[in-house]
Amino acid sequence: MELSILYDKLRFEEKTLYDNAIKKGINTRLVDAKTISISTDINGNDFLGDIFLQRCLSHFRGLYLTSCLEFLGYPVTNTFQVTEICGNKLRTSLILAKSKIASPKTYFSFNSESFKSLIDKIGFPFVIKPLVGSWGRGVFPVNDGEVANMIVENREENDTPFSRIYYVQEMIDRPPRDIRCIVAGEQIITAVYRYSANNEWRTNVSRGGHTALAPITKELEDIVLHASKAVGGGILGVDVMEDKNRGFVVHEINSNVEFRGASQVAQINIASAMIDYVLESLKK
Amino acid sequence: MKKECIDCGGELNIPDDAVVGEIVSCPDCGGDFEISSTSNGTTDLKRAESVGEDWGE
Repeated sequence: MELSILYDKLRFEEKTLYDNAIKKGINTRLVDAKTISISTDINGNDFLGDIFLQRCLSHFRGLYLTSCLEFLGYPVTNTFQVTEICGNKLRTSLILAKSKIASPKTYFSFNSESFKSLIDKIGFPFVIKPLVGSWGRGVFPVNDGEVANMIVENREENDTPFSRIYYVQEMIDRPPRDIRCIVAGEQIITAVYRYSANNEWRTNVSRGGHTALAPITKELEDIVLHASKAVGGGILGVDVMEDKNRGFVVHEINSNVEFRGASQVAQINIASAMIDYVLESLKK
Repeated sequence: MKKECIDCGGELNIPDDAVVGEIVSCPDCGGDFEISSTSNGTTDLKRAESVGEDWGE
């Protein structure tokens, strides 16, 4: 059996996953997704591996490569369905709401005019996010009409199919941190607080945020595993805020979770636990 | 291993254990380059993709 770790840009995470798989004695290779071509002729494809861990940095490259590999009958972690849901904030919010998982109140508008009408109804402040994207890019607190107008103008000038859809979320009254929970199946591998950097509202480690170990309480475990199951399960990064009024709320789920920041404080080998999960899931 | 930056001629440091897909940055111009192949102690570079709208977790 050969495990292939698919990537398109090699990060700390992919190297660490590879090293841990090799240490476990698993026949493993790193496969650059940019070098792959796949045919609908099932017998006409090069051998790429027996099981796959999808780690492409480009969401759509990874998503559709996973679809191809599933078509060929290979098990891929995470699945196409899970990746499709988690890679789109609108889809994630709908699933969380349908599953009655506490999450920020979220609104969707489908052009600039309806976005402005929405603001008239809900007022300020609120948070605006792109449907697809990561590392806090394009995630802004909007405190007044001037900023809202700038966002509309910017989106109209940089028109893309996704930029026409507005994803608007209530501003949560929280401490300057959130909790990143790294999940594999039905287990939280580790949980870390992510603190915002100076002069930065977002908590992303890629924005200079720093991490500290967070306790995995029963309450946290319940909501995180419920959210993970709702989107289909797998290896996930479930992000939770501490709402001063409502307690924990899940605001994002990542299907290609980065764990460099968490590794600096975790008391467990995160990559090793992920590899164990990939192998265990084959038995189910 | 040392290699000349294909943009500015600066000196790039390529780690001995570098693998295809790894990114190296030029200390002079700040350009990012992806290792496109390694064989027999030689390494080829290409300009790294710029950050895509869909990049991330």
